[in-house]
Amino acid sequence: MRIARLLAVCWWFQLKQMTKAGLFVFTSIIEPLIFATLAYYLFKAGHRPGTLLYAALSAGLMGIWTSTLFGSGGAINFQRWQGVLEPLVASPPPYALILFPQTLAAASIGLYSLASTLVWGRVIFGIPLHFVHPVAFAISIVVTIVSLGVLGLVMGASFILYREANALSNMLEFPIWIVTGVIVPLSLLPGWIHPLSWILAPTWGYRAIHNAALGGNPWPGIGIALGLAAVYFVIGQAVVVAFERRARERATLSLV
Amino acid sequence: MAAIEAENLRRTYKQTSGFLRRRTKTIEAVRGIDFAVDEGELFGLLGPNGAGKTTTIKMLVTLLIPTSGTARVLGSDVVDDARTVRRKIGYVFGGDRGAYERLSGLDNLRYFSELYGVPPKVQKQRIPELLELVGLTGRERERVEGYSRGMRQRLHIARGLLHDPPVIVLDEPTIGLDPVGARELRHTIAELARAGKTVLLTTHYMYEADALCDRIAVIAKGEIVATGTPAHLKSAVADRTVIEIEAYGAPEDAIRRLRDAPGVTSVAVEDREHAQLLLVQAPQGSVLTQQLLGHLDGVRVGRVTAREPTLEDAYVSLVTEN
Ligand SMILES: Nc1ncnc2c1ncn2[C@@H]1O[C@H](COP(=O)(O)OP(=O)(O)O)[C@@H](O)[C@H]1O
Ligand SMILES: [Mg+2]
Repeated sequence: MRIARLLAVCWWFQLKQMTKAGLFVFTSIIEPLIFATLAYYLFKAGHRPGTLLYAALSAGLMGIWTSTLFGSGGAINFQRWQGVLEPLVASPPPYALILFPQTLAAASIGLYSLASTLVWGRVIFGIPLHFVHPVAFAISIVVTIVSLGVLGLVMGASFILYREANALSNMLEFPIWIVTGVIVPLSLLPGWIHPLSWILAPTWGYRAIHNAALGGNPWPGIGIALGLAAVYFVIGQAVVVAFERRARERATLSLV
Repeated sequence: MAAIEAENLRRTYKQTSGFLRRRTKTIEAVRGIDFAVDEGELFGLLGPNGAGKTTTIKMLVTLLIPTSGTARVLGSDVVDDARTVRRKIGYVFGGDRGAYERLSGLDNLRYFSELYGVPPKVQKQRIPELLELVGLTGRERERVEGYSRGMRQRLHIARGLLHDPPVIVLDEPTIGLDPVGARELRHTIAELARAGKTVLLTTHYMYEADALCDRIAVIAKGEIVATGTPAHLKSAVADRTVIEIEAYGAPEDAIRRLRDAPGVTSVAVEDREHAQLLLVQAPQGSVLTQQLLGHLDGVRVGRVTAREPTLEDAYVSLVTEN
């Protein structure tokens, strides 16, 4: 109960402080609209009208990943620059429980991209917003956000703990779009990529979202995404503990 | 039981420099210090910049792991039992960073209340009380980015007290405050001690330690060179005379000669606008001013006065003689 309240309040706080950044409007609303417009024309050129909603959804999901990646990968460094990393670490909750609401908020910000691309699609291109299983659609979105938030926790701590991983962070945007099947369906990807897709929780979340919106069974995807998220959380928490220990040994919590 | 105990506490930093040929340098920031702060005591850790005060504090508040030695807060070890220590201690650090800039002071306090598990009902009452205590009432809904240095500093203090901790640690809390703000803050700190809190304070202002603290530990170059009440520290220099010499452009070796002169215990140099003030300490009646001036041969000398030593001189001698 205590922990649920802590997570909820901290998530809300982080969301509030992230939406006050100027750059946020561009990365989470404008950029996805550009993608959505591009996707629309690409799909239209293919003369498959049934896939227009797929295009709009995909553009939104791309935006969710982008905000997760940049919001989580830089989460710890952001705290360090603000000078809040020390007071946060010095507070009683395990640091993973403080970092997680922040990465979850970064993923949640992506909801703005999803909403804006759907509205854009509806208003500008007249794409009908008809979802086959509306309740399952809402649930699969929440589950996807949670699974991305947990993935963000793993990334947030790893990028700091392993400098090599940090170099990767800027290159991860596009490959993950491909591997998780937002741009093209997984079935079109070469077979050797499939295992990589399967261990990424968002792959299953996206699949559930697509099935719930366009028809198909969303529940297996929802279940697998949640299961993987639980596994990631355990990994993420271990990486965070290692990060904290090392930072206290090497005196890297503050900038000075 | 002592509220804070440090035993042979040591901390080094490793610093790598050089691009092609990387060299690692080890900095001995705290070299095995011992001290104990009693419950309800207001204890000062006094020392010049770079003495190791912040390093000591950060070990106590669990932000740095000691290289060796141990420290306990109300009986809990700062490494093995860090979570308990974090609950019992309130940490206020100097400087103007350390809050979420884009959010209001109130939001910052609410967030940290949550981290410290302060129940919502208690928050409702305590946050306004603390805002009042630190004089931020009426400004709490403004974004922190618009706060002055002093307001930020006061926000840190309110934050450190949110969970009503029995032990409060303040690292140079008056740094960057204007004189009036600093005096108000000292008043607040004294109030906390009067309310029964254990307070550990670091400062490089001798008069601040003198005005506030029950006991002082003087730290220099990572070592504690003296511990005691302000009166006790002063008594160490009671039998001395301080000779103040105004000099113009005294070279390093002249000052060294002065330091090595027979009977002289310490020489401190304060830079004034156009001159230097040489503060020479010596046992009463041991040196003649004429002899001292002889060592400053060729240096233009202004006013020369002799006076009784103050606590400041005790501090200067502790920090420079060790
Ligand atoms: N993160 C760090 N890395 C390397 N050296 C450091 C670091 N922090 C402090 N030091 C050095 O350790 C010594 C003690 O510093 P500090 O504890 O900050 O002193 P004080 O707070 O008394 O001014 C200084 O020489 C300082 O330069
Ligand atoms: Mg310091």
